[in-house]
Amino acid sequence: MSTLLEVSGVSVTFDGFRAINNLSFQIGEAELRSVIGPNGAGKTTFMDIITGKTRPDEGRVIWGEKSVSLLDMTEAKIAQAGIGRKFQKPTVFEDQSVRDNLLMALKKNRGWVGVLLYRPSTSDLQKVEDLATEIGLYQELSRKSGELSHGQKQWLEIGMLLAQDPRLLLVDEPAAGMTPQEREHTTDLLVQAAKTRAVVVVEHDMEFVRRLNCKVTVLHEGSVLAEGSLDHVTSNQDVIDVYLGR
Amino acid sequence: MERSFVAKNPSVLVFLTILSLFALGVTVLSEGFGIGVISTSFVKTLGKTLCLCLIAVAMDLVWGFTGILSLGHFAFFGLGGYMIGMWLMYERTRLIVVESLSQADIPPTPAEVVDAIGTQIFGVVGSSEFPLIWAFSHSLTLQLILVVVVPGLLALIFGWLAFRSRVTGVYLSILTQAMTLALALYLFQNDSGLRGNNGLSGLQNLPGVTVSQDVVSLWFLWASALALGLGYMLAAWIVSGKFGSVLRGIRDNEARVRFLGYSVEAYKLAVFTLTACIAAIAGALYYPQAGIINPEEMAPIASIYLAVWVAIGGRGRLYGAVIGAAFVSLLSTWFTGGQAPDIPLGFYTIKWVDWWQVLLGVSFVLVTLFAPQGIGGLFDLYTNQRHPDRHGANLGPDEGALREKEASL
Repeated sequence: MSTLLEVSGVSVTFDGFRAINNLSFQIGEAELRSVIGPNGAGKTTFMDIITGKTRPDEGRVIWGEKSVSLLDMTEAKIAQAGIGRKFQKPTVFEDQSVRDNLLMALKKNRGWVGVLLYRPSTSDLQKVEDLATEIGLYQELSRKSGELSHGQKQWLEIGMLLAQDPRLLLVDEPAAGMTPQEREHTTDLLVQAAKTRAVVVVEHDMEFVRRLNCKVTVLHEGSVLAEGSLDHVTSNQDVIDVYLGR
Repeated sequence: MERSFVAKNPSVLVFLTILSLFALGVTVLSEGFGIGVISTSFVKTLGKTLCLCLIAVAMDLVWGFTGILSLGHFAFFGLGGYMIGMWLMYERTRLIVVESLSQADIPPTPAEVVDAIGTQIFGVVGSSEFPLIWAFSHSLTLQLILVVVVPGLLALIFGWLAFRSRVTGVYLSILTQAMTLALALYLFQNDSGLRGNNGLSGLQNLPGVTVSQDVVSLWFLWASALALGLGYMLAAWIVSGKFGSVLRGIRDNEARVRFLGYSVEAYKLAVFTLTACIAAIAGALYYPQAGIINPEEMAPIASIYLAVWVAIGGRGRLYGAVIGAAFVSLLSTWFTGGQAPDIPLGFYTIKWVDWWQVLLGVSFVLVTLFAPQGIGGLFDLYTNQRHPDRHGANLGPDEGALREKEASL
């Protein structure tokens, strides 16, 4: 399996606090991965580095077949290269309809002139409707997304990510605040998405991680503590000490 | 599925109809072409108001839709006025000079004519030389191009510097204020080349036009109405499509837009520059009706008024901006023009000329606190539009984000 993203030897310090310490991480195409770790382990900073929000002090972040470095690219360029990100709190554009949210995310020319002249074609609208069906929001297409329930907003955001058609999906605590049924639907969506692209899920909830049934990376104090199947890492003594033991 | 632009934006048609009826009504009632109920000076006031409505539309685009609280758009408005003023003043002075020199025994050389014009225009600041920035003032075409190019270029450079450094929110507002203040202070200097605090005057007299101001005032009213109509349509078209979606996204949650792959800085720069050009066109139509322009017009307070108009009218809806600008500026004319009756309290008499600004300030505070949708929100009452109940939460994390009460479902 070829490597899609390779993070090697990355460190970042905030005001003397080492948030990420010599972290290395790899993920292949069409792979599902969970990243777990206690609060402050650096999970969100890790995502910030990949998506260009935070610049690391040292290390390399290499992307794709052409092995381009993501460190010199802006957030927008990184997103265009094919990395999508879902935030912990559902962040959709609440003042706009579900349809407009999805249309904005749809993989298209992102330049302002192109966007100014853009008018959705029938096939674009069809794609949006298909996506809405997939995330269970077909009935809500014309509603303002601010009206949706918490779980629906989470799905809309996942739908927007799918519309972007990224090669790597970074998902931050997707199941937070969801009902059991909603969690199940979310698991299905992520597993389905991982068939065609790489998906990294940051999660606290062990039950949710177990259901994803994938390789797990445990972060602690900014570096990788253990990696392997969930059963493998949960039997690791270090992991038990720092995370599960508490 | 895909409906036409007008069908999706019924307010545009309503707006254009009202605007045309207004222009027609004023024409019929005017002294120039009609029955003379409305005085020429009031026609000019109405024409100027239309220009203020146009810059309010620009402000709504940049603030109401994109969340950039620019407190410097009157700098572009003023620059547009200066650009057209330079030609008006040059050409009119030239005609006078040529007329007076033709009485002389020897016909004047072109150089003598230019010198005489220079003495006429710059005598007031103790100079007779044409500064470099007047190089194109002899040509109407070139100055008309400069009306858009000079403010556009200033906005482009300023915006590029500010946005690429990711200056946002209150800091950007302060920066735009500093820009307009710096420009005003520079132009106040006599050697800035634009006659210092005297400014440019006599702009109401169109060179070579012999008809009376009764007629000229109507020409400008029509031109202003046309510009407002076109500007409104352009703005409505811009915000109706995906570009508008991106702008609203930037207003409510800039970081999210960035992670969708849109270059937020490029969009902000495009909107900032475009609105600067619209403001400049509004200014170029305004000052020939006002007759005089001086650097005082670019003082920061003017741009703050602009934000007040849009806030009172209701930001994030184009007709709100127009209503706010028209309502507040006409009311301001009424109060400060001494027409409003004084209120005797026995121990003190409220003179509106002094107290109008207090009234405006208080109503601004009251509107933002209790009716954030402004006057435009009244239309929602009429159409029974509901508002989201988000328990007081804004629609996004950014400072410019729409507040709960401003949004409609």
